[in-house]
Amino acid sequence: MDLDYSAEESQFRAEVRAFLRDQLPNEIARKVHGGKRLAKDDFVRWQKILHAKGWGASSWPVAHGGTGWTAVQQHIFDEECADAGAPMQLPFGLKMVAPVIMAFGNPAQQAHFLPRIVDGTDWWCQGYSEPGSGSDLASLKTRAVREGDHYVVSGQKTWNTLGQYADWIFCLVRTSTEGRQQEGISFLLIDMKTPGITVRPIIMMDGEHEINEVWFEDVKVPVENRVGEENKGWTYAKFLLGHERTGIAGVGRSKRELKKLKAIARRESSAGRPLIEDPRFRDRIAQVEMELMALEITNLRVISAEGEKKRAPGPEASILKIKGSEIQQMLTELQMQALGHYALPYLHEALDPDWPGDPAMPAYEDDAGPLSGHYFNVRKTTIYGGSNEIQKNIISQMILGL
Amino acid sequence: MNFDYTEEQTALQDTLRRFYARDYGFEHRRAMSKSADGFDRAAWATFAEFGILALPFPEDFGGLDGNAVDSMLVMEMLGRGLALEPYLPSVVLCGGLIRDAGSAAQKDALLPAIAGGELMLAFAHFESGGRYALDHVTTRATPAGGGWKLDGAKTVVIAAPSADKFIVSAREVLGLSLFLVDAKAPGLSLRGYPTQDGARAADLRLDGVQVGADALIGPAGGALPLIERAVDYANAALCAEAVGIMAALNEVTLEYLKTRKQFGTPIGKFQALQHRMADMVIATEQARSMATLAAVRADSDDAAERSRCIAAAKAYVLQSARLVGQQAVQLHGGMGVTDELNVGHYFKRLTMIGLSFGDVDYHLGRFSDTLLAA
Repeated sequence: MDLDYSAEESQFRAEVRAFLRDQLPNEIARKVHGGKRLAKDDFVRWQKILHAKGWGASSWPVAHGGTGWTAVQQHIFDEECADAGAPMQLPFGLKMVAPVIMAFGNPAQQAHFLPRIVDGTDWWCQGYSEPGSGSDLASLKTRAVREGDHYVVSGQKTWNTLGQYADWIFCLVRTSTEGRQQEGISFLLIDMKTPGITVRPIIMMDGEHEINEVWFEDVKVPVENRVGEENKGWTYAKFLLGHERTGIAGVGRSKRELKKLKAIARRESSAGRPLIEDPRFRDRIAQVEMELMALEITNLRVISAEGEKKRAPGPEASILKIKGSEIQQMLTELQMQALGHYALPYLHEALDPDWPGDPAMPAYEDDAGPLSGHYFNVRKTTIYGGSNEIQKNIISQMILGL
Repeated sequence: MNFDYTEEQTALQDTLRRFYARDYGFEHRRAMSKSADGFDRAAWATFAEFGILALPFPEDFGGLDGNAVDSMLVMEMLGRGLALEPYLPSVVLCGGLIRDAGSAAQKDALLPAIAGGELMLAFAHFESGGRYALDHVTTRATPAGGGWKLDGAKTVVIAAPSADKFIVSAREVLGLSLFLVDAKAPGLSLRGYPTQDGARAADLRLDGVQVGADALIGPAGGALPLIERAVDYANAALCAEAVGIMAALNEVTLEYLKTRKQFGTPIGKFQALQHRMADMVIATEQARSMATLAAVRADSDDAAERSRCIAAAKAYVLQSARLVGQQAVQLHGGMGVTDELNVGHYFKRLTMIGLSFGDVDYHLGRFSDTLLAA
């Protein structure tokens, strides 16, 4: 039992920090710290910079072009990237479809798709939820009918994140209506340029276009783009969800947001004193910090046990998802609350990093303008990736056997 | 960074688990709680055989050179077993104070005796009106007879009725100081009583209790940092004990949800109860992480960082303990509020941990105040 970083790990942290100082573009970090809108190019550019260093896929094994880092190294890397203001590496390619392709894809799929994920060539998005299939995902209806060496896909996917930028989508589709609904699902990789695909924006309550509906009308998908066996897609989907949840704790980002919360609470004043000197507000910050301290260690416990192959990513990842999402919500709520009256103005243009206007609030070096919007946006975290209620079902049924 | 126990630690854990399963069942504990001592002297002798009474002491004084993580492991098992024995006051707190601050002669005289199970100590520190503040001491130590004369009163001294000696805090000319006082010393009187969790405590009066020059532990006037360190250590140990109790409560509650039937089905099939149980498991895992942090930092020489982490851990563990304890009772329905079931007894011990050496508000405040410095 030892919670201290070894000399090698501290050395590694210094190396990551130096890399970030030299290579993370300032204009990108400023957007991240200021809560501004990131463009597609910001994400892609950062992925290419990481790839050039050989750090494009921190969670992958070396054989597939990853870093082969230990769980602790990945944690250090995430923490330093978040602290420096690096854009989040979107999980859809790196942490969701890639582990499925590694585990269940054939060598040709691995050789084609994996390098294009790690080097930033392909932008992936997810085709899971449907209008009638949210928490009950296995009831999905998007059909894939086999015709010779193609599937013909028809149906509608929704809550598709950033699909407006995507080159590829991984989809759960129904290939059989026989037997249990879980047994008729297949996992397809679909080129977004295929005729018959339409992407329609859904605007979220912060005014942002982050999610979409994706419509499929007789979309022809080569059979070679199916991962694994026909009708076994549900198994792969569950495997994927385990991977998604381990990344979802978001400890590094929440540490950055906690720092920001404290900074705001020092600058804002209440009755002529810094807000942080108000014990009622300070205790709220302390409470969320305690939650985050506990989550950081729980996260390390889970991922280090996985790293040592003692167990696969499993139901305990649900704990990380629940606590991680709750903490993100608490932090955005307190950041908003800390602004007082200045939480009210809604200047959507202020999300644009080049907007020259007056933000209608005190000028901070990291602009406080978008904070209320973040609060509204982050309500999504307890809903996506399997809602927190579904996670509790998973804990009670898979861990506890109820 | 590593979260594994060593082979020796795992073996010790197994030994204690077997002991509680075989020799210290719930009915035995109930009988011991009602005995004159309020705990099991035979169990204490067995602890000495296991070596856990020697665990935190240096080898030179008959100890096993264990660290705080070893103590955490023991405390977690004592929690699971709902131990009545005064391990915390005697070994962790008073033993720790002597180890850290005692003279060579004091260590020589006391540590092997504690390790061997022959000597039990209690920490007579808190006084009425001071709540959890560690510097609130009005008991006086006046120079007399080549040593000191102690006058004052101490409140709710845990395990006092069975103590052979006390470590008493008192204000000396130079400031707060610690003294070793024999339980039979003239002028020392006890008013003993049982505590809510089935253990024993007493209020102490010191009326001109004469101690010698060799009774002073650590520097005269320099006791506060020693007390702070020892109480931090005790709080880390209590975090581990609470985690052991929460794990045990989760096990019995889960079993009850699987076996108790209503509406023709096990009640664990109901989602409202499933989610409550999931909340209890999440709270326990998070508390375990904080208890681990507390144990690892308890040995730290960086006093500020040690106190910051242990304050956060105690506040957090107590919040989790409240949830798990209250909900374990709730999910057991009517049986949960009876004396017959172990659930209520676990709950009472958890609740008393929440009122010992600082409650949630006290520790949340301590942690919160560190945000001002940062």
